[in-house]
Amino acid sequence: MIGAKTRAVAVKELRQILRDRRTLMILLFVPAFFLLVYGYALNFDIRNVRLAVQDNDRSSVSRELISAFVNSGYFDLVADVSSPAEVDGLINRNEARAVLVIPARFGADARLGRATTVQLIVNGDNANSATTVVGYALSLVSALSTRYEIEARLASAAGPALSIEPRIWYNPELRSALFLVPGLIAYIAMLTAVVSTSLSVVREKEVGTMEQVRMAPLGPVPYVFGKTLPYFFISLASATGIVLVAMALFDLPMRGSWLALIAAVSLFLVGALAFGLLISTIAETQQVAFQVALLTSYLPTLMLSGFIFPISSMPTFLQLVTYIVPARYFLVVLRGIVLKGVPLGTFWAELGALAVFAFVTLGLASFRLRRQWA
Amino acid sequence: MSAHEDVDRGVPGPGRVPGPPIAIDVRNLSRRFGDFVAVDGVSFDVRAGEVFGFLGSNGAGKSTTIRMLCGLLRPTSGTAIVDGVDVGRDPERVKPRIGYMSQKFSLYERLTVDQNIAFYGGVYGVRGARLSTRRDFVLDMAGLRGKERTLTGELSGGWRQRLALGCAILHEPSIVFLDEPTGGVDPLSRRRFWKLIDELSRSGVGVLVTTHYLDEAEHCHRIAIIQAGKLAALGTVAELKAPFAGRPIVEVRTSRPVEAMRLLDAMPQVEKTSIFGTSVHAVLRTADAGADTIDAALTGRIEGPIETSLVEPSLEDVFLDLAMRSASAS
Repeated sequence: MIGAKTRAVAVKELRQILRDRRTLMILLFVPAFFLLVYGYALNFDIRNVRLAVQDNDRSSVSRELISAFVNSGYFDLVADVSSPAEVDGLINRNEARAVLVIPARFGADARLGRATTVQLIVNGDNANSATTVVGYALSLVSALSTRYEIEARLASAAGPALSIEPRIWYNPELRSALFLVPGLIAYIAMLTAVVSTSLSVVREKEVGTMEQVRMAPLGPVPYVFGKTLPYFFISLASATGIVLVAMALFDLPMRGSWLALIAAVSLFLVGALAFGLLISTIAETQQVAFQVALLTSYLPTLMLSGFIFPISSMPTFLQLVTYIVPARYFLVVLRGIVLKGVPLGTFWAELGALAVFAFVTLGLASFRLRRQWA
Repeated sequence: MSAHEDVDRGVPGPGRVPGPPIAIDVRNLSRRFGDFVAVDGVSFDVRAGEVFGFLGSNGAGKSTTIRMLCGLLRPTSGTAIVDGVDVGRDPERVKPRIGYMSQKFSLYERLTVDQNIAFYGGVYGVRGARLSTRRDFVLDMAGLRGKERTLTGELSGGWRQRLALGCAILHEPSIVFLDEPTGGVDPLSRRRFWKLIDELSRSGVGVLVTTHYLDEAEHCHRIAIIQAGKLAALGTVAELKAPFAGRPIVEVRTSRPVEAMRLLDAMPQVEKTSIFGTSVHAVLRTADAGADTIDAALTGRIEGPIETSLVEPSLEDVFLDLAMRSASAS
């Protein structure tokens, strides 16, 4: 049950938030803005890679390979060159991002089932996209290679060959947006909960209303509950909104139950709000609170949660650090619920980690707050 | 009004024990922060219906004392009984019984007048019919009728100050603490505010007010002056000025106060001098050395017109006198 004093604080806080355009913008529009920016712009898919070709073979097989590249949709043929010098120029002027060099006798070797090699020159100044381009090329070449291998074997009446047919589950087109939306929810929940909670408490310290409230017969518990409740519900609404918008704009499948989603988000939010309170007991000015919040919640959530950079490809030390980033666990749960529809019970370890985080920060925050209160 | 209520509100009636009941009783109150003694063995009492001035320079221990009396800070030693409650033992029981208003007018600027009243009502447990009665009282008292829906941040200093006082007494406390309540407010609003304090005390509320406007302190029934954590003086305004009986003060108005002060200090009949803006106050050793002797002694020795007159000692004279004495003692 919510007491009358808690309600008075909550109503006051809500009225302040509604009056404060800046906070309201942060809480409502920034999530929507981020969703659009990250959903559309932060896209790890690469299309229309400018490709040049140096075909020294000019056989039907080499033409087949080139058209396989072009028809994949990932590559645009921009030039057909005949000398290595021209290749240099194209790459240096950034007219081509990749050059496919096909050796003479390529077609003949392929038909006979003999090993042959094509060369792919990729501009590596953007390592991420270069890796992706190499990946595309490899799969195109190997598909073609498999076919010629099989044809050659059939011609020589050899046994059957193995081929791989990849199947990607849950996100068959490997669209980045689907992968990012759960991360975005974590990110925005952390932003609204930690930053706005710590700022709103520290603002009361700065302005002096905190002192006034401490003089009143109002314990720290109703104060904290009243102050965090509005942020809790706003963050929850914001998270739900992100899922709905992502469903409409990016065809995000909502495979799991909404109840499980809300339960998971709530657990995460309790920890985040407690963390915001903890910061507010340390910082004396809004500026310090904002910077501490950025460093301890915003950046780790962005960098160390697996939101953008996969944890498995981090150095060991950073991988260890990620264990204390709550968003890490939250992301696993969210992706499981949203993309796979896995029941909540499957994530007992992650949920346990979130609960421990919430419990510890809440304990620390209330300990420090009680000491400061009176 | 019944006889019983008279006692409760601290108004002495005929045939009753003389003197209103004690609202705040402070005995040997001390507070240390590590090695630093912020408040050192302070004792005083505040009666119901009394306006008690608590004066001292910044860092003298005023705020620390108030914070202890309001239950925010535990005393290191000594006792303070506020409205019958031992603050050191039961700080939470003190809070509903007192009102507190600080120099910062701690209202929520992004809330309207009405919303601030509603918030403090909620926090102090003033609800329903009582809240609407008290709200009307506060609006009338502060002169905020018609401004109920104005944002508090858009009000001028005087309005905000009166609203802050209104929010502090919404729950009808019997004791009110005002910590530098008139800082940053225009003189007219300050006068109006002191009128409100006067009305409050007439209704039986004990008021403890700190200020560094010494002219304002003359409104107080009694005054305590605190210096370096210790009580330096305590009494009515007249009592505090008593040391100046037989030591007249001559005010010298001149465009060259520093020069005048040097000349005055050299005169045998002058005990000490202090500068007040463009005038110098000279405390004389005996009553028979009048203003005219000073005038005669200064004429022709300072450029520009000089005006000398005997003045009544102000609290500022008292304050400076005490400060000098404690400085020469240490």
